[in-house]
Amino acid sequence: MKRVYVNEERCLGCHLCEYWCAYANSGEKDIMTAFKLGKDATPRINVEDDGDVHFAVQCRHCDDTPCVKACITGALSCNDGVVEINRDKCVGCYTCVLTCPYGCIVIDKKNGGKTVTKCELCTDNSNGEPVCVRECINGAIVFEER
Amino acid sequence: MSVNYIPAVFEVLRDTDRCIKCRACERQCANEVHYFDEDFDKMQVIEAQCVDCQRCVTICPTSALKIRKNQNEFREGANYPQKLIIENYLQAQTGAVLLSSMGNPVDLPVYWDKILINASQVTNPSIDPLREPMETKVYLGKKSLDIKRGDDGEIIPDTEYPQLELDVPIMFSAMSYGSISYNAHESLARAATQLGTFYNTGEGGLHKDFYKYGPNTIVQVASGRFGVSKQYLDQGAAIEIKMGQGAKPGIGGHLPGKKVNADVSQTRMIPMGTDAISPAPHHDIYSIEDLRQLIFSLKEATEYKKPVMVKIAAVHNVAAIASGIARSGADILVLDGFRGGTGAAPTRIRDNVGIPIELALAAVDQRLRDEHIRNEVSVVVAGSVRSSADCVKAFALGADACYIGTAALLAIGCHLCRSCHGAKCNWGIATQRADLVRRLNPDFAYKRLVNLVHAWDHEIKEMMGGMGINSIESLKGNRLMLRGVGLNDRELEILGIKHAGE
Repeated sequence: MKRVYVNEERCLGCHLCEYWCAYANSGEKDIMTAFKLGKDATPRINVEDDGDVHFAVQCRHCDDTPCVKACITGALSCNDGVVEINRDKCVGCYTCVLTCPYGCIVIDKKNGGKTVTKCELCTDNSNGEPVCVRECINGAIVFEER
Repeated sequence: MSVNYIPAVFEVLRDTDRCIKCRACERQCANEVHYFDEDFDKMQVIEAQCVDCQRCVTICPTSALKIRKNQNEFREGANYPQKLIIENYLQAQTGAVLLSSMGNPVDLPVYWDKILINASQVTNPSIDPLREPMETKVYLGKKSLDIKRGDDGEIIPDTEYPQLELDVPIMFSAMSYGSISYNAHESLARAATQLGTFYNTGEGGLHKDFYKYGPNTIVQVASGRFGVSKQYLDQGAAIEIKMGQGAKPGIGGHLPGKKVNADVSQTRMIPMGTDAISPAPHHDIYSIEDLRQLIFSLKEATEYKKPVMVKIAAVHNVAAIASGIARSGADILVLDGFRGGTGAAPTRIRDNVGIPIELALAAVDQRLRDEHIRNEVSVVVAGSVRSSADCVKAFALGADACYIGTAALLAIGCHLCRSCHGAKCNWGIATQRADLVRRLNPDFAYKRLVNLVHAWDHEIKEMMGGMGINSIESLKGNRLMLRGVGLNDRELEILGIKHAGE
């Protein structure tokens, strides 16, 4: 299955993927609206930095899906290898946040933290392809079969 | 601390309505111009540190940034423009030689722009390069005067002298590993390999990782002899002796110690962190005879299998010097014009020493023809060949191929901020800082270089087709295909071309 990977030696730590991700999933008309009108756009990708080492991390869509197993309401499910979230079922217990070994499930600031959100490979927005991959200025983030 | 007389050169304009405070500009500016001010909850700038490299402008996701010339003006004066006043302030402050990078930006004549190309009309058909074969392959090296035929009457290919075969008439000029980054070198090497042309190591030696690109590499031997060994000479397809560089004729090179990291030190064979200083002259070359000795030493070392090139800066007596070089045993002569780039040069030398490549090329080609030794050497021109049109004009003035340096760097992101000597290139080109080098992704960069040269090659074919010429060989030295505009008689005479309308 194609997944999003980051080539650590190419990641510059510019954090732009976070902003594009948040905008892409905000539903707002442009990136400025997404951030300037207090809409609390939440990125589902996070760039980890330590000195000269940077890499972007988002949901790995693990085969053993610990988050799905931990979810108390069945809001998280794995369909065709993509771990998806049903926000109507999520009660914001954050068990999945605690369980995710990569720290890739984030609290959705947009609705005051009542639910969590996570990368669904941009299948749940109008982009149709992972926006972090498309917008990465150094080709560090790739969407490929490995 | 006294008053600092030096104003910021640039203004950084930020549209706060657009800025989303993502801080990408801050993270990506090696000059530390941008910073986030928590008290005011907005991005601020230290303009004095900006070199106008355009990195922040290019990556800003909301196009919130613009850099422009500082609108603050000193009192006007044609004799002492603001730039000159500031340079004097700077020298009064530091007591140092002014340093600059890349090519001479001074408003001096660009002869390429005053030369126009012919096209066929009615009586001589033009050629459509999309429908008919068009040859832009060239061979560089000394040519035999005789045509030899076998018993069957067929021409026997001339293999007497080693030749460089170029699929496109454009090569990447000498830029050392040290002055440019590992990733930049990798991009050039991969592009040259894919294009079937050559890139040049410059005087910085050849990183072992790039030995695999050897068949498309020209290895340089310069006055500092950095990185030169038998193994190094054996890697290259040709060897270039650098006598001079267009950007800084008459002086050597100086790679600051801060660019000499572990890899560079190993490649150059010098201690880490030490300045790599190339002497102004080759201390073993004080005459054409001495040059001949080095040429033949190198030929001997490589069993006469590789052409030896000699590169000189275009200076006043260039035609006579070229004649000497053609007689010295060199296979290829490289002329580097005064607008050629550099990773660092004293400003006064870069801006005031040398002559335009167009005049030098015309004078050299004519001199070699007059002396019946044009076949002894191929002539390659460098020093600001900026477009395919410049290439076509160069061929018509007598060049066998062109070297591009600045144009190649532009292809991989250089924005000509001319701050290479600061070693903090925000585009990952002219730097050795690992975090900055990483910004140049060779997977993208080499494709951009290939694209650029392909595009130029297409345009060269179009222009040749327009003239009814179907190969570089037929265009070479064909000065009737050129006309000058706005040039005086003396200039036209040196260029060997007629004025438009004649």
